[in-house]
Amino acid sequence: MAADTPDRTLRLKLRVWRQRAGSPGAFEEHELAAVPVTASFLEMMDMLNEQLVRQGREAFAFDHDCREGICGMCSMTINGMPHGPIPGVTTCQLHMRNFRDGETITVEPWRARAFPVLKDLVVDRSGFDRVIQAGGFITVRTGSAPEANNTPVPKTVSDEAMDAAECIGCGACVASCKNGSAMLFVGAKVTHLSILPQGQPERERRALAMVKAMDEAGFGNCTNYGECQAHCPKSITLDVIARLNREYVRARVKEFFSTTGKPRKGGD
Amino acid sequence: MNLDAKIPAGPLADKWANHKAKLRLVNPANRCKYHVIVVGSGLAGGAAAATLGELGYQVSCFCYQDSPRRAHSIAAQGGINAAKNYQNDGDSARRLFLDTIKGGDYRAREANVYRLAQLSTSIVDQCVAQGVPFAREYGGLLANRSFGGAQVSRTFYARGQTGQQLLLGAYSALSRQIGLGSVRMHPRHEMLDVVLVGGHAKGIITRDLVTGEVKAHSADAVVLCTGGYGNVFYLSTNAQGCNVTATWRAHRRGAGFANPCYTQIHPTCIPVHGEDQAKLTLMSESLRNDGRVWVPKVAADCGRPPADIPEERRDYFLERKYPSYGNLAPRDIASRAAKEACDEGRGVGPAVDGKRLGVYLDFSASIARLGEGVIRERYGNLFDMYENITGENAYRQPMRIFPAVHYTMGGLWVDYNLQSTIPGLFVGGEANFSDHGANRLGASALMQGLADGYFVLPTTVADYLAGVGLAGRPSSDGPEFRAALKDVNDRVARVLSINGNRTARSYHKELGRIVWDRCGMARDRAGLERAIADIRGLREDFWRNVRVTGGADGLAPELERAGRVADFLEFGELMCRDALEREESCGGHFRTEHQDAGEARRDDGRFAHVAVWEWQGAGAAQRRHEEPLRYEEVQFSTRSYK
Amino acid sequence: MSDSSCQVCRPSSVGKKVVMAITGLVLAGFVLGHMSGNLLMFKGPAAIDAYAAWLHANPLLLWTSRIVLLLSAAAHVWAGVTLTLENRAARDGGPSVDATRRATLGSRTMPYTGLVLLAFIVFHLLHYTFQAAALGGQKFDSVYRMVVTGFSSAPVSVFYVVSMLLLCLHLGHGFSSLFQTLGLRNERWRGRLDRLSLAYAWIVALGFVSIPVAVLAGILK
Repeated sequence: MAADTPDRTLRLKLRVWRQRAGSPGAFEEHELAAVPVTASFLEMMDMLNEQLVRQGREAFAFDHDCREGICGMCSMTINGMPHGPIPGVTTCQLHMRNFRDGETITVEPWRARAFPVLKDLVVDRSGFDRVIQAGGFITVRTGSAPEANNTPVPKTVSDEAMDAAECIGCGACVASCKNGSAMLFVGAKVTHLSILPQGQPERERRALAMVKAMDEAGFGNCTNYGECQAHCPKSITLDVIARLNREYVRARVKEFFSTTGKPRKGGD
Repeated sequence: MNLDAKIPAGPLADKWANHKAKLRLVNPANRCKYHVIVVGSGLAGGAAAATLGELGYQVSCFCYQDSPRRAHSIAAQGGINAAKNYQNDGDSARRLFLDTIKGGDYRAREANVYRLAQLSTSIVDQCVAQGVPFAREYGGLLANRSFGGAQVSRTFYARGQTGQQLLLGAYSALSRQIGLGSVRMHPRHEMLDVVLVGGHAKGIITRDLVTGEVKAHSADAVVLCTGGYGNVFYLSTNAQGCNVTATWRAHRRGAGFANPCYTQIHPTCIPVHGEDQAKLTLMSESLRNDGRVWVPKVAADCGRPPADIPEERRDYFLERKYPSYGNLAPRDIASRAAKEACDEGRGVGPAVDGKRLGVYLDFSASIARLGEGVIRERYGNLFDMYENITGENAYRQPMRIFPAVHYTMGGLWVDYNLQSTIPGLFVGGEANFSDHGANRLGASALMQGLADGYFVLPTTVADYLAGVGLAGRPSSDGPEFRAALKDVNDRVARVLSINGNRTARSYHKELGRIVWDRCGMARDRAGLERAIADIRGLREDFWRNVRVTGGADGLAPELERAGRVADFLEFGELMCRDALEREESCGGHFRTEHQDAGEARRDDGRFAHVAVWEWQGAGAAQRRHEEPLRYEEVQFSTRSYK
Repeated sequence: MSDSSCQVCRPSSVGKKVVMAITGLVLAGFVLGHMSGNLLMFKGPAAIDAYAAWLHANPLLLWTSRIVLLLSAAAHVWAGVTLTLENRAARDGGPSVDATRRATLGSRTMPYTGLVLLAFIVFHLLHYTFQAAALGGQKFDSVYRMVVTGFSSAPVSVFYVVSMLLLCLHLGHGFSSLFQTLGLRNERWRGRLDRLSLAYAWIVALGFVSIPVAVLAGILK
């Protein structure tokens, strides 16, 4: 196959969400005359913004940073699909060769109550941070760690933890879920930390605290649609949700039968 | 300008331990009375903020992204070095130190590098305890891989996402402190100035990127971990938001800027595909383990499909020039060789601006030898990423690669305590200049960021705080803060008022082209002089003709961009001046006047020093100072990878 | 532990899902048992009437099952309604273009099929348990006769058949989903559980449907 060249261009009609803080927002229609098929989706958005600024109009605000699919900053629901039509790819890694000449593309922000729109295509995802703050960590003071090889971790366990830890925290799971649920995100972190030996001491506490924070942040409940997995740019699977459910139930049961905090009957 | 590096006396291996034993401490009960500002939340900033918070200080941490988890450290692929010697191949802190000094082409400070090598082992311990899922062997112990510039296997890695996993480790530690209330996180905030009171850094001015509010924050000390300045080139592997503003504003307030001309060009990136490109993507250095780099022997073949070019008409130029290191020659050397081939008209791939800028990285020999399955297992994610971006299948045809700006070794000058020339202003990670000399080896940026953040800064900042005492912190509405606020607000108003006819991005692009062409992989006097003149002209035009729409209230991406571009337009000139003054070739700085048949020629007699630039006020040229590099243990020698 | 008592009156999202799954499991088990019993219709009046008599002769078993079922159904409905309302609010409208990739028809219609089934259950209880509706005011001692009479009405039979097909849709998602919610599913088992769930749903639904169809077709009379 010959390389695409920037000479092949697309004429595009864009319906882009425009919203200022405190107002309801609406779609605005714009046209771009010549978008090279080699450009990324965000480069196409840059072209739109350049065109707007040259016309003296306001550019669209959108989140983006690393543009190599790892920081999780870029969002955008493209034709109804978080991160667009290609599975396993973030918006920044989506390229225009996947669109047709003359196509109308609808671009809107992540839609979920827990991700309020700040402006245009930018949403507030701080709910994710609050979930991690509640328990998405292993408590280890700097300098207090034991020698790294003192704790062997079977390769299979380490690989499974890594599968879950690949989550980039972009929020596509929430945006694609018909319930606005964050279970894939929370499940990924709980899975990563709860299967490693280092994560055992805080295992129950972590599961309970993170679910509580998740509920308080206003995310919906998982009803096992599977849309999150289908839209996750890192292809994280529903296994992490099953694991989270299991960890949570286990923690609740352990808590129920725990005698911590109560005087023990009899001797030790 | 006081450039006393405060290197502790005594044998190299004992310096850090001796120094730590002498540093002053803050009583645990008093720590909560001190307020430390940390700007940046990457490996250095995130780790420093988490550790300072954990020690009991009141910490405020700022980042421009929507969450501290998104700092650009996250994009590092390959790994992190540590002198654990788990492979029993003769590694030691001393060996790592020597490799790093040599890799940096003898332009790094000995004592700092030795400390880095010593701390490397504690970093891996810390990260493993945090749950970083490093690669392991079947026995459950940690695995290593080898990386460029070393003869031992000491690189720890988590698939191709080591930076991500290390950053998420630091982020989890930071998040814990935020949850506990010891760190106050300010995401979506950009630092626009440092405030000095009585000559000491006592606060910063920030703009809340969501509300647009410009605000003063006072503190007892300020730590900048704001990354490098690679985006001065417009196209780089850096994130879009990476900028020089924080360090540049500190420079304008008196912090010396060291070695700005030391920039690292990474050889294996996906070539530029067009005019509207905003970002270059790195393909991990590890690919060079199994890929062979070549171009056609004659320019006439460059337009042909690679499969049609017979073996005898191919030039495997790295293997030809550097037979012993071959395709694994260090980054600066591999990059220059690719550039040379393309300058000779032997580049491949579609022409952009009339030039074919790319060389082949060919896996066909490895696929034939090992099978496609093995290659897929090793590099599958990279091949997928390559296909996403280029639409080409690298299993069927060679990848096209070209060098791109990746890392900047220069940065704010710091002493052994990582304190800049402004007392109370500390600088960590890529933002400082300290450990990599003129070229950074692979897998050592993560090591340096975490060493600074977890282990060095928390210790040395405490010493500073103990020295200034509790009476030091001014109120954030004092005269110095009000003046700085006014400066920032005036600048915002000025850039908005121009209302000209060019976008900020177009200036950035043009600046990038100037510095890439004349201060990129190869530099010479005439080109640098022209670049300086061009940048000055461009800067003047910017302040007359830039157009910023969207105002300053609330999220204003064009205003953010304009502010950053304005600082790059000042910084770019300094980078070129530094390159002009350094009349030698070393590491990533290659002056074509100073070479031996294509190999860099250092001038240790005249340039074995750190060049430190002092701001002299707007409109005046910065003054150049020198901090001599005195090597107690290492002998200067010529790097050879032939 | 005040914290856990608070958790009981305001369970977490996962807690509500577990309630959904456990009660769902009880109800799914019940429908299979109920359907198996119903098939005794094909063995003739004596068999089904004897089965009914046996059930009524064991009041402990009967009332325990009834209470468990009633509580399960109530909790299932409560959890379902709560989850649905919360999820609607959390979704905040959703994107303007629908681009579902994977969610099945069954999963997306759970609240609707659930509500129809609730209405069906109410009708079914009035119809055959209390014999208070759609039987023309008659009272029967023979279950067999009651069922044949009841299903002789085409509209009633159609309602039953449609409801059972909706039950099939409901169970098709629900039965596999409950394993996920209880944490007993993974990528390797998901396909198998989905197929098992589908088979389970069709067996239950077809078993139930066979009776009104047989009555209308004149096989049972």
